[in-house]
Amino acid sequence: MTDMHVKYDPATRKGDEAKPIKSELLHINMGPQHPSTHGVLRLFITTDGEVVHSVTPYIGYLHRCAEKIAEGNTYHQYTIYTDRMDYLAAMNCNWGWCYAVEQLMESVGAGVEVPEYAEYVRVIIGELNRIASHLIAFGTYGLDIGALTPFFYALREREAILNIFEKVCGARLMYSYYDIGGVKWDIPPDALEEIELFVKLFPKKLDEYNALLTGNKIFVERTADVGVVDEETCLAYGCTGPVLRAAGVKWDLRKDEPYSIYDRFDFEVPVGTGAMGTVGDCWDRYWVRMEEMAQSTRIIEQALAQMPREGEVMADMPRKLKIPTGEIFARTECPKGEMGFWIVSDGGGEPFRVKTRSPALHNLHVIEKVGEGQMISDLCATIGSLDLVLGEIDR
Amino acid sequence: MEPLKEILESTGFFAGVPEWGMIAIASLSFGLSVFGGLALAALIFVWMERKVAGYIQSRYGPMYVGGFHGVLQTIADAIKLLNKEDIWPSDADKFLWRIAPIMVFLGAFLSFVVLPFGPNWIGAQLEVGLLYVFATSSLVVMGVIAAGWGSNNKWSLYGAMRGAAQVISYEIPLGLAVLPVVIAAGSLNLSTIVESQAGWFWNWNILGGLPVVGAIGCLIYLISSLAEVNRTPFDLPETESELVSGFHTEYTGMKFAFFFLGEYADMFVVSAIGVTTFLGGWYVGIPAIDAWAPAPLVFILKSVALVFVQIWLRWTLPRLRVDQLMHVCWKVLIPATLILLMVYGLVYTMVNG
Repeated sequence: MTDMHVKYDPATRKGDEAKPIKSELLHINMGPQHPSTHGVLRLFITTDGEVVHSVTPYIGYLHRCAEKIAEGNTYHQYTIYTDRMDYLAAMNCNWGWCYAVEQLMESVGAGVEVPEYAEYVRVIIGELNRIASHLIAFGTYGLDIGALTPFFYALREREAILNIFEKVCGARLMYSYYDIGGVKWDIPPDALEEIELFVKLFPKKLDEYNALLTGNKIFVERTADVGVVDEETCLAYGCTGPVLRAAGVKWDLRKDEPYSIYDRFDFEVPVGTGAMGTVGDCWDRYWVRMEEMAQSTRIIEQALAQMPREGEVMADMPRKLKIPTGEIFARTECPKGEMGFWIVSDGGGEPFRVKTRSPALHNLHVIEKVGEGQMISDLCATIGSLDLVLGEIDR
Repeated sequence: MEPLKEILESTGFFAGVPEWGMIAIASLSFGLSVFGGLALAALIFVWMERKVAGYIQSRYGPMYVGGFHGVLQTIADAIKLLNKEDIWPSDADKFLWRIAPIMVFLGAFLSFVVLPFGPNWIGAQLEVGLLYVFATSSLVVMGVIAAGWGSNNKWSLYGAMRGAAQVISYEIPLGLAVLPVVIAAGSLNLSTIVESQAGWFWNWNILGGLPVVGAIGCLIYLISSLAEVNRTPFDLPETESELVSGFHTEYTGMKFAFFFLGEYADMFVVSAIGVTTFLGGWYVGIPAIDAWAPAPLVFILKSVALVFVQIWLRWTLPRLRVDQLMHVCWKVLIPATLILLMVYGLVYTMVNG
């Protein structure tokens, strides 16, 4: 028994029958083609049985040099590349870019004023897209946990939103609807009616989702106390959006640094309370998103009521946009978190340098810390609750 | 086989064939008819699953192939599977890889020998019928392990290990839950168990046959049977979203189809055993109707109803984690069945003592 190790010589493979039983960690690639990584994320995990010992995310499978491309395009042209960042919330990414350029123009003294009507349109469409994005997060989270049906219910409502967007701008995924100085077109009257109808019906649908998944015993068992991302971790890793709010931090740019006209609306910032387990667990992140959908509905309701019946959708913009030398960092609250653009202008018609701060990239990094010691199933649950979009992580 | 042999002999076509020849012919024709019926049933179940899933998910499911509600969709899929390339992973354990789908299918297939479709509609009157069913359905897990190991894929291996742990664990409550029925009927023969529930439907084991004990046992049996056939919420060996389909990830074409066939056949088998032991087998439950109702049809319809419940649960519930699965089995179901068995044994001895 004692000299079993001596007998076996790996070089000659002599004494194979006395080969000691040894256990080693199993190295597995999770992805890039894996249903739970929500895209082409590759996680290199070492496991001991079902328990994960370490997780290393590898990204870059979807890298398209989006930041470099900006240097060869005009400010207007680059809007379409922001569509392809968070493709589930393209409107919000458009908005982030347009807002950053408008801020840049203002900081160098060439500011344009976005018409009030256009601001309302921006808020309504942006919040609708936030709901659409959270619906996908809700549906795919169900898939990660093993409940297949909620996904179809979520897509049913997302379909209604996409139909509205199609009427508004003709596209269903890559909208490029927001433009520097406003939005490209007015909302057609029938689309406005559909939005009103959607806002009226959606709270009932939310109740349906809650009945289907939120309180489900198995679902709670699988998500409560799992993948806890606490406040300290969030701040250290730069997590924003629902991940940060689920950790109990009441931080929402729409409330704390109101851009556009968000200061005119009355809405709550939902935070994680640890209702089912610990503050900042998967269930909290899930619940924050569900609550945010309800709050977005409230914002749209108010915006529809306050909105002027008609107005300009576009500010007076120069035909060829040239911005004097300057730089700016501006951020907006996207569904996944804070989307920031750092733009440097050298006086030409194209930006000198653009750097994007995308929320999902920062949210992803916590998986390295949180994933340790979890089971494989929990790892899938945690990744799902972070709501990653690889288009935005890799850019 | 006896009834089938008698029917075959009565046709007069086989006059002059010796006794052993008749047994061989009867066995072969029984096997072939079960295989054909099973393949057909699996096709219908897959279609049913997709339609039920569709309606649960507020969509239609298959609608085009075959005209009415896509009835021929699964046949089209089967033809597609037949045409698929048979891919062998490099470094696969060729023997295990090849034998795994057959073992999985065989486990379900062999159980059909003792399923009592009607008073004389049974393959073989085995006195240990129920034990035989549990023995053959355990064969499935051997196939699952062989598939997982033979695929030379780490994810598949995970699926196989999960499958082994799960199926072996859940066989205990599954077997224990039907024991009160065996005590009451005094036999392991499935036909005898059904006949003990004859008459009105309140004689069924779930209702009056075994008051309270039958209902609890039936519930435990249904839960365990879900785990036994790897269906949601216990579909851990094949978790699509975690293990990328688990043990059958690497299989294509007809090998994959055999796994599929095996799964649906297994669903039918556990439902049929549930019907036999708790739900009155081939009896409608109203003597006037039982006099003329075709027994096999009643039996199949009842089993399909239980299969529907399995499908329904699959599209409604999320999935448990491995440790929670084991928790449910070892800390909830097994103690519950043991207590149930003890209490029933005590009552039975006191009453019949």
